[in-house]
Amino acid sequence: MTPKNTEPLLRVENLRVEVPSRRGALTAVDDVSFDIAPGEVLGVVGESGAGKSLTGAAIIGLLEPPLRIAGGSITLSGRRIDTLPYEAMRRVRGKEIGVIFQDPLTSLNPLHTVGHQLVETVRTHLDMGSVEARGRALSLLGEVGIAAAEERIDHYPHQFSGGMRQRVVIALAIAASPRLIIADEPTTALDVSVQAQIIALLKRLGRDHGTAIMLVTHDMGVIAETAHRVAVMYAGRIVEIGSVRKIIDRPSHPYTAGLMASIPRTSGPRGRLQQIDGTMPRLNAIPEGCPFNPRCPKRLSRCRHDRPDLIPSGDADVACWLYLPVSEPTHA
Amino acid sequence: MSELTASGTPASVPERPQRWMRFVDSDLLWSFSRSPVTMVAAVIALVIIGAALLTPLIAPQDPYDLASLSLLDATAPPAWLKDGSWNYPLGTDNQGRDVLSAVLYGTRLSLLLGCSAVILSFLLGVTLGLIAGWRGGIVDALIMRVADVQLSFPAILIALLIDGVVRSVLPRQVQTEISLYVTVLAIALSYWVHFARTVRGSTMVERNKEYIQAARVIGVHPARIVVGHLLPNVVGPILVIATINLATAILTEATLSFLGVGLPPTEPSLGTLIRIGNDYLLSGDWWISIFPGIALALLILSVNLLGDWLRDAFNPKLR
Amino acid sequence: MVAFTIQRLLQSVLVMLTVALIAFALFNYVGDPISNIVGQDTTLADRDHLRAELGLNDSFIAQFARFVSHAAQGNFGLSYQQARPVSQIILEKMPATLELSFTAALLALIVGVPMGIYAGLHRHSWVSQTMLTVSLIGVSLPTFLIGILLILIFAVVLGWLPSFGRGAVVHIGWWTTGLLTAEGLRAIILPAITLALFQMTLIMRLVRAEMIEVLRTDYIKFARARGLTSRAINFGHALKNTLVPVITITGLQLGSIIAFAVITETVFQWPGMGLMFIQAVSFADIPVMATYLVLVGFFFVVINLVVDLLYYVVDPRLRIEREASANV
Repeated sequence: MTPKNTEPLLRVENLRVEVPSRRGALTAVDDVSFDIAPGEVLGVVGESGAGKSLTGAAIIGLLEPPLRIAGGSITLSGRRIDTLPYEAMRRVRGKEIGVIFQDPLTSLNPLHTVGHQLVETVRTHLDMGSVEARGRALSLLGEVGIAAAEERIDHYPHQFSGGMRQRVVIALAIAASPRLIIADEPTTALDVSVQAQIIALLKRLGRDHGTAIMLVTHDMGVIAETAHRVAVMYAGRIVEIGSVRKIIDRPSHPYTAGLMASIPRTSGPRGRLQQIDGTMPRLNAIPEGCPFNPRCPKRLSRCRHDRPDLIPSGDADVACWLYLPVSEPTHA
Repeated sequence: MSELTASGTPASVPERPQRWMRFVDSDLLWSFSRSPVTMVAAVIALVIIGAALLTPLIAPQDPYDLASLSLLDATAPPAWLKDGSWNYPLGTDNQGRDVLSAVLYGTRLSLLLGCSAVILSFLLGVTLGLIAGWRGGIVDALIMRVADVQLSFPAILIALLIDGVVRSVLPRQVQTEISLYVTVLAIALSYWVHFARTVRGSTMVERNKEYIQAARVIGVHPARIVVGHLLPNVVGPILVIATINLATAILTEATLSFLGVGLPPTEPSLGTLIRIGNDYLLSGDWWISIFPGIALALLILSVNLLGDWLRDAFNPKLR
Repeated sequence: MVAFTIQRLLQSVLVMLTVALIAFALFNYVGDPISNIVGQDTTLADRDHLRAELGLNDSFIAQFARFVSHAAQGNFGLSYQQARPVSQIILEKMPATLELSFTAALLALIVGVPMGIYAGLHRHSWVSQTMLTVSLIGVSLPTFLIGILLILIFAVVLGWLPSFGRGAVVHIGWWTTGLLTAEGLRAIILPAITLALFQMTLIMRLVRAEMIEVLRTDYIKFARARGLTSRAINFGHALKNTLVPVITITGLQLGSIIAFAVITETVFQWPGMGLMFIQAVSFADIPVMATYLVLVGFFFVVINLVVDLLYYVVDPRLRIEREASANV
């Protein structure tokens, strides 16, 4: 489904995000590389603190100091954006990359009407008069499924429910028709019944406009339903990346396998729910070797000392010594 | 991410370092070592406190001993000016009192009063806050309404009012003798609210936590729960308030004394000294008021800086 | 809006009654009002007669009601010290204090708010850091010390400005103003700066802290993610959200300016209500003290009321929730 050999929309190469601490720099995102093709939905999963949201923030150039990009490059449609000056990057945000944050309750300014916030965003990026921009704001509200937009446009955020507010946030994200949307846990703060609607809306928008979506979440259900490809992150690194079917049905990395086994299933063979022993290490205590090795059920001795890189293994890329190309010795 | 958090123990339990090592390693000390301004403030505060403690030993003169004063030496300028003498390094006041000694004794008194007032308002505020937060209901409502009304007026006005009322109740001759206690009381009564509100807030939060419930269920005496479990949880914010209140209390005492309703000229604090000196300012004898002023400003500034640093250290996200 | 205003008015009246109760208690129970009026040699019978005549034997409620109704008509009795109606003394002193306070408040706002905004927006720049350190010195220097230093420099050493008093004043009805004469304007400069400095630093630090707090919120992050210009974010979003708490605290600070005027007026011998209050405290002149208390209480209540109404105008959440609850 993903056309290969085309120019990727977004290319992230060897991205490294650091935060200085009293004992030297800590690495929050470590050597992360991936592509997103036009119109593709890439799911990024992992536990809290795995670095998925930071990767998103790094792409839009909004890492909170003292966090900073310490290495690698980010390219959007062939143009390098991680080195852009603030003002040039500002024009990219909202215009070429739309963003949806986790909490719709706090994403909107309570003192302005939603119409004001929409018109403001539209006019920042598109050359429109106020009447025209208001017309666009109305059609955006209609597009994200807000009924009686004519009336609702002059309401304040607190007059909307949580799900409705997230729709407004989505309308704001697509206000200038960006080619990429970074959705950071877009459904986490919502009621379960509303989550499905928001996901359906995102899918529809992506399909209708050919917008690529980077969907950051820890909800495998959302990923299974929405994404074309999945990147699994652990302790700041991508441990496995591949098509959604492959990752869900035949996970390679022991961590991904553990993740999948911990999800309740309604179809297929039923067994006990598994859990992965231990917790993800804190930034200042990432173990030597493979970061997952203390919790790994299939640990080899070299896992304690050598850090595995992403290596193609069948139809996915996996960072695990279990999947070395056959030419190298697997015992150590 | 609850589905991923595991039941097992963490891979390695860090060894518990010695108490001293913990202190050396703490964020508090680290942030201290990172802030030169705070270190300078701490040094100044230590010097002032040291000087105040040792005053009777290091002061050239006892300013309370009227016999040692000589009017012939009155309003002598500081030593480095014309007509100055090293007998009186910072000059003398209108009664021939050595300004340096007066400043030392005044600082001692200002610090003593400030600390007493803070301790008193601390005891009052923490007690009332604990009672309000623990008991709730009408007791809480009553205490907090009084606090609200009081908070809507500046503390200095409350202190002035209490001072004025006490003065009109007591006969005049007693007033001078006990003015020290009146001043402490007036300041303490005007600053207890901050303590009470903080303690009340934390108490109400902690009260409903499971460990408190558990302690109640197994029949631990409420007083023991409060002292053993609640208080340790509010130490940080209270320490910050106490430090900031110390600066304000010293300031308030100085202001009261300057306005002539604090300490009398026979027992001068820094504020009283400035008030006395102010009368001679226009005739050019600036040193009588300016040196006590500098001492007062340094004292308050250093305490304020330490308070600021403590607040930041306890509340890192405010940076 | 109407319901909200009425509710706030009722609250204000309640606070005023509390303050009046304290003032009343001062009047009647601190010292014996009779011996303050009559001489030493008055007989007991005469005293009792006077007591009955003044209504001091009436019930507490009746006495308090009478006190409040007198106070509402501006009748606060006679000053012990000056043997003149307190209301008359107050009316003489009020213009001086109000002119000084408003000048200082204006100064504090005009300088403090922009400095706070700047320091909040550029909080790591050395200008902000310097302003912050200097402001801490401003907060630490006692008001009277600032006054003394200003007098020393500008009145004693340089001889540019007067060190005490109000200068020449112009009478407009019962109001006297020093703002219309050159001498009066020169006289207000030092006291106004002295009074404003503390509030200025406080307002600056407050606006800065609020600004930093608001800049950290999700909706500001989201505004950045939408690619809005810094200008739109800082002034269209951050500043407006900063306004709500700033209005509150600034309002309260303005109230405390009137109280801090006590100190400034003492330093500069400014003939206002503050100086009068200090003299009343040292002479235990209870009627003057009590009246001053009621008056300052009144100012505070009015300021609080205005602040609440402003709040209502700025924050739509308040507006709509109130309307909603009023409709139910």
